[in-house]
Parts: sequence; structure tokens; C-alpha cells
Amino acid sequence: MDEKIISAQNVDFHYEADPEDKTPPKQVLKNVSLDIGRGQFTAILGHNGSGKSTIAKHMNGILLPCGGKVYVDGIDTCDEKKIFDVRQRVGMVFQNPDNQIVATIVEEDVAFALENLGVPPDEMRERVDDALRSVGMYEYREHSPHQLSGGQKQRVAIAGIIAMRPDCIVLDEPTAMLDPKGRQEVLKTIRELNHDFGITAVLITHYMEEAAQADRIIVMDNGEIIMDDIPKNVFSNVEKMKSIGLDVPQVTELMYLLGRDGIPSDTHIISEEECADALEKLLKG
Amino acid sequence: MLKDITIGQYFPGRSAVHSLDPRFKIIITGVFIGMLFAADGFAALAVGLVFLAMSFIMSKIPFRLMLKSLKPIVPIIIFTSVLNIFFLDGAPLVKFGFIKITAEGLRTSAFMVIRIIALIMGSSLLTYTTSPITLTDAIERLLSPLKKINLPVHELAMMMTIALRFIPTLIEETDKIISAQKARGADMESGNILQRAKALTPILIPLFVSAFRRAEELAVAMECRCYQGGDGRTRLRQLRSEGKDYFALGVSIVFLDIVIMLNCIFG
Repeated sequence: MDEKIISAQNVDFHYEADPEDKTPPKQVLKNVSLDIGRGQFTAILGHNGSGKSTIAKHMNGILLPCGGKVYVDGIDTCDEKKIFDVRQRVGMVFQNPDNQIVATIVEEDVAFALENLGVPPDEMRERVDDALRSVGMYEYREHSPHQLSGGQKQRVAIAGIIAMRPDCIVLDEPTAMLDPKGRQEVLKTIRELNHDFGITAVLITHYMEEAAQADRIIVMDNGEIIMDDIPKNVFSNVEKMKSIGLDVPQVTELMYLLGRDGIPSDTHIISEEECADALEKLLKG
Repeated sequence: MLKDITIGQYFPGRSAVHSLDPRFKIIITGVFIGMLFAADGFAALAVGLVFLAMSFIMSKIPFRLMLKSLKPIVPIIIFTSVLNIFFLDGAPLVKFGFIKITAEGLRTSAFMVIRIIALIMGSSLLTYTTSPITLTDAIERLLSPLKKINLPVHELAMMMTIALRFIPTLIEETDKIISAQKARGADMESGNILQRAKALTPILIPLFVSAFRRAEELAVAMECRCYQGGDGRTRLRQLRSEGKDYFALGVSIVFLDIVIMLNCIFG
């Protein structure tokens, strides 16, 4: 057992250049190194084109680094013979739930990965049911995916990954196409999986409120990691976040604005409860 | 508007016909088609119809649904009967100038019409009582011996499954694109047929682009779930053949035998 489930070392990446085009290809990732610890809930934040989705696709060998190495549970993702071991350990959920559901019945879709791995039918039944229960979609197992809401579809997609019993689940903007209710459902599911089942979670998002719930936030800009810390410390750099086009949670912003106007306040506040307490203290003087 | 299209026309139920092993259902449908084509005379054809009626009653499919399945083939039925009535040689019953109607013509045309209707009803019964996904499964398994001659059976079945899965998604998308183009002033309801066909371009192009994008994303998602083709794959849903499946197949074969025997007697 390795304490680090994912370890990226000096990863460089660029897409194949167009042979007609003489300009050198744009570097999407520049010398990125990061470790994801077992059981951690990490959020990766970044602007469009910051390389956050690209680094995610390196975590299970969908993309292979042009320079540097990525190890998953000690296995090099460039090792073609072990690519399915890597993908079984690190599952991936994408933005659009419609484009990742393969089968026409919920439970068959959840079984898809297990069918590919050649799991015996009896064990498969059990794992599919467990996965559906853990995302709260067991009652819908015989439904057709197009009858479900966006949030429900995304939970089915998560169940399809959980059924593989991965160590880590990487979610690439899983809530971007959902309504607020669906977003809440999905985030709650991710937190439960991380908390109750000890599954390492890597959440790529551009919602600050979602990132604030993680154990750790990695901020990317222009293919580089520019911050890597606990949420409180990351969001307290309000000006730095704004300079790269990112926001901070509304409560942090409020604290920041108060501070700018000369009222003593703490920008390490990221939750509404803390904010309410701090304001109460301020008002009582 | 497009949402009303039902594809696969599965009618969920728990009847005896529904619960048969889909592989057997496909074979039995084949035997039934055999009966219809083997039949030479009305007596033999009637035996096939009895078999159809029996399965039909057991399936508990509403009769109007069965009639609905015949709607698209009405032009074919009319065309065949007209051809047979007017162009068959024989002793004319009625004659107006060059048009003549013969007894053989009437007889053959009635025979053909009954045969076509029975054929469509029989195959609709299969799709009414079997969900598309089970049907695909059964086809994959029935064809699996053909893997030996390098027919990509698993890939074909996978393509069918994905097509079935994406039909509602793409229909929904088409609806959205139509609304979006209408909102931009696209006119799709007037003009002659050529103009209308041209008006479809701004719908088809975005639809194709989006379908390709979906395909790409789906391929990555499938790879993430360790998809590696049909080798070494297991299935969640196992197809089990029981006594009743063999019994049903036996009954259909007996009917086929009766049809052949009747042919020998009357033929």
C-alpha cells in the first residue's frame, strides 16, 4: 500500500501540433507535480484553459504525459500492460451525464465496467446493488436513464464508477450542467463516498462553494499549480484569486470588503456559520 | 412533437409470451415466418393464423396496438392486392376494356394480403413483447457462433445498444435545435419540397456536430470504465432457457409440420 494514491512528477503536456502550423504547440501543463493522499478530498480550481481537466485526464491514463511521470498506486500510467489496473483504481466522472451512460437501463449501465472486467454474474449483481445503494439510486435500478433528472443521471454515472471499487474517483466538473438541486445531490454523494467509504476524491470545479468543502484546494492557472493549501488559506488570498479570474465564496468576499473598509475582519472565513458568528461579534462590539 | 415517436415499440407486461427466453422468441418468430412462406393454400395459411392468434391472446397485447403496427404497411398491402387482382391471367370474371378481373387474381391477392398482414403482426409481436435491449442481447448470443468466421458480433450488438441509448437523447436535441433555429427566424413550414429539404440543413449540421462530440466523450468514458471489446466480458443479465421455452419452440415446430403436411394433402 502506498500512502499516495496518485503522484504526478514534473508533468509536461501539449497536444500534437498541426504539421501545417509552424508555431510550437502550446504547453497545456508545465512541470506540474502533485501528490494525492489516500482518503483525501481534493478540489482543483482554475479558469477555463488552466489545465485542470488535462491534469485530471492524466490521473487514469486517458492522457499520457509528454514529459515527467504519473504514478497511480505506484503503477506508471505509461505502462500499457497495466493500464486497466490503473483505470480500475482511479475512476473518472465527466461533465455531461448523457455522454457517459452506455446502457438503456440504469443497473446495466452500472454493471458496464464490471462486465468489461469479467466479474462473475453473482458477484456483479451484489456490487451493482451496493453501488446503487451508496449513491441512493437503488429504487431507480430498472429505469431508463432518459427518464431521470440531471442530478440522478450523474449519480448513476458515479455508481458506474463506484461499482469497480476504485481507490480514487476523479470528477471533472460533474455539476457544471446541473441545476442547483442536482448540484447539491451530487456533492452530497461525493462527500458521503469520501467520508463513509474512504474513497479518495478529486473534484474539478469552478464553483467556489463546492471547493470550500474539500480538505485541500489546488489552484491552477496557465498550466501551473499556483496554490496548494487548505481551503481557508487559499480563499484568504482574495486579491490573488481575483487576479487569475477566480472568485472566492461570498462570505469570504464580504469579510474582505469589510477589511478593506477598515473594519477588522478575518478572510479565513469560508462558511456561512463562521461568517454569522464573526458578524455577531463585530456588531456586539 | 418529436417525443411522441416510440422506437422499439416495446409494450411492457408479464405475460407468458413476455417471459419467454428472447432467443427462443426470435427462433419461434423465424419458424412462424417459415409457416407463412411454406403455406401453399388457404388451409395451410389458416394453421399459421391459428398459431399467431394463440400467441397473440397469450401476450395480452391490446388489439388496437396490433392494428397500429399495420398502419405503415397499408400502401404496400394496397399495391400488392391491386397488382395481383389486375395482372394475373386466367378466366376473367369482369371485363372493362383492357381491365379484367380474374378469379385467380382475387384469390392470390387475398392470399398475399393475409400473408403480409400475418407476417407484420408476427414480427410486431416479437418487438411488442421483448425490450430492445433484451432483443439485442439475444441477437448477440444467437449470432455468437459466427465469431469464428470473424464476424464482429459483440461490436454490432454494442453499436445497437448505444444507438438505442442515444435515440431519446438525440431526439431531444433535435427538438432543441429546431426551436433555436425557429427563434432565429428559420422557416421550415412553407415552400416546396426542395426548399423544405434545404431548410433542414441548419438543423442537421449542428446535430451532426453534437453527435460527434458526444461520441468522442462517450468513447473516453467507456475507456475509463475499462472497455476492451468483447473478449473476456461477462454479463449482468444471464439468459436462461427453461422447459417452457423448449415447449413453445416444440409447439411452433408442430405447427410448421402441420402446414407442410396440409401442403402435401392439398398440393
